[in-house]
Amino acid sequence: MKSGGAAGAWFRTREPVMAVFTLLGTVAILFVALPVVAMVMKETPQSIWETLKDGSVRRAIYLSASTALWATLASLLVGVPLGYLLARKRFWGKELIQSVADLPVVIPHTVAGIALLTIFGAKGMIGAPLSEWGVRFVDAQGGIVVAMVFVSMSFVINSARNGFEAVDPRLEKIARSLGSSRAGAFFRVSLPLAAPSIASGAVMCWARAISEFGAVIVIAYFPMIAPTLIYDRFLSFGLDASRPIAVVLVLICILLFASLRLITRRRSKA
Amino acid sequence: MMEFNGVSRSWGDFKAEGVSFEVKKGEFFVILGPTGAGKTLLLELAAGFYYPKKGSIRIDGRDVTLSPPEKRRIGFIYQDYALFPHKNVLSNVAWGLRVARVGRKEAFARSLEMAEKLGIAHLADRGVGSLSGGEKQRVAIARALVTKPEVLLLDEPLSALDRRTQDAMRKELKRLNREMGMTMVHVTHSQEEAMLLADRIAVMDGGRIVQVGTPEEVFRRPKSEFVAEFLGAENLYRGHIEKEGDTVFFVSGNLRLEVPQEVEYGFSECRAIVRPEDIIISPVKIRSSARNELCGAVEEISDYGATVKAGVRCGGEMFKVLITRHSYEELALSAGKTVYISFKAGSVHLF
Repeated sequence: MKSGGAAGAWFRTREPVMAVFTLLGTVAILFVALPVVAMVMKETPQSIWETLKDGSVRRAIYLSASTALWATLASLLVGVPLGYLLARKRFWGKELIQSVADLPVVIPHTVAGIALLTIFGAKGMIGAPLSEWGVRFVDAQGGIVVAMVFVSMSFVINSARNGFEAVDPRLEKIARSLGSSRAGAFFRVSLPLAAPSIASGAVMCWARAISEFGAVIVIAYFPMIAPTLIYDRFLSFGLDASRPIAVVLVLICILLFASLRLITRRRSKA
Repeated sequence: MMEFNGVSRSWGDFKAEGVSFEVKKGEFFVILGPTGAGKTLLLELAAGFYYPKKGSIRIDGRDVTLSPPEKRRIGFIYQDYALFPHKNVLSNVAWGLRVARVGRKEAFARSLEMAEKLGIAHLADRGVGSLSGGEKQRVAIARALVTKPEVLLLDEPLSALDRRTQDAMRKELKRLNREMGMTMVHVTHSQEEAMLLADRIAVMDGGRIVQVGTPEEVFRRPKSEFVAEFLGAENLYRGHIEKEGDTVFFVSGNLRLEVPQEVEYGFSECRAIVRPEDIIISPVKIRSSARNELCGAVEEISDYGATVKAGVRCGGEMFKVLITRHSYEELALSAGKTVYISFKAGSVHLF
């Protein structure tokens, strides 16, 4: 009787709809976590060690991480100013600019690759003049970075915009009344206050860049980044040959992602 | 000191239209007006946060109409303080000095000195998030003053504070003005605040300055119905002027009031106000130098504690009379009681 009453109380206070939500939420998380965990469990420390001894695997992973880093830095350089303008200024065509910034999210990545190839190809608008200076994009690191920037920059733009929007514009006005220039107010007040938001956007940008495959293979199949190498091994040698590399890549990504998150989280709290 | 000359600008729903006034050095100048009158815009124009479309602004003789804020040597105080959330109290105060490339040690020493003047030195190492409203406003003021501005611009600085802190802060502002000789331009919608602080008041309405004068001038001799009503004139009557021999009367229906002879009575339509505190109330007809004596019945009584306001209907019009608690009890006023009210001809203000 007593336990029945407790169960009744549980039912009344928790509300049955929450139990349904918990069940459905669990399905969602398992759907993502289960395949990744199952894949990782298939491998042994020995097989991972063997994979890491393969020079081409190490080179591909390093290439992925470094090109993604360059892509993130490039996104920050042009995305943060745009985010600031979107947060602070009212101008004609702002909606359009915002839509263009979000465009890479909605177009298929192979389409993005083809679009980029049109511009950065040896005969493209940008590719042709730059090739005379010896800068190549097709099957080159430059092409990988360009593809990564295209698909991941919107994370930086939007996080910067959100970050700047949360900074009271009057703080900048006060800064100027205290003798600071426009640029000084930006660098001393707005940027530091928006930094945590920008940093988490940069982490997302980097994560998105390192996982990009579709846009990259269209413009630069070689040199092979890790996802390309995995795909290549899968086509040539099958699942058992590609899985160890996939597991290594996933583990490294999770490790880097988690530690970057931790650092930016701590920064924003300070 | 600070001079506005025909300044016009609109921004969103707010506007300033042909605004001209001059603030003298060391003066406590209050801009008073209802919400939406354009007071804040006016202050932000003075600061250089916005630029005028027409007209010019001078500060200390320099034309600063199109100068950026950092070149104007002004201090600005917002209602909600606008402290830098990523800096502690002392770093907030020292901010302007650090921007001006004053060395770290000297900047902090001077900031601490200013913090002491405002009674917040003990909070120097605290984060600004944990401060009370009054403390935050003191930090904001110290932060502005440490850069030695020519003029301090204050945008409703007391509105966000509780009553008791308001009183303390108001005294603090007055002290800064008197002791440091700081020129203050203070924006508010509270007439009480304006009366207590101002050397001169500029009343603003719909983007225009409608009257500038000392608190007494604006209060006693409002130039328009808006000013009279906004300043809380309760005994406001519409009527016309009549002359009988040497005596001049204001007539409104059954009401007939003697007014000063020197008044210009050329206008047919006019309005009159009588301040509630200028009226004397008595149970019987009294002989006095007061030229206007009316008989009426008490209709309402509002008790404010130390003072009491009685509404007496005479000649079809309601007269609000302000009396002390003491005389209220002595007169044993109550609704329906017949009384006499009297006031001087000079107390009837026509406009």
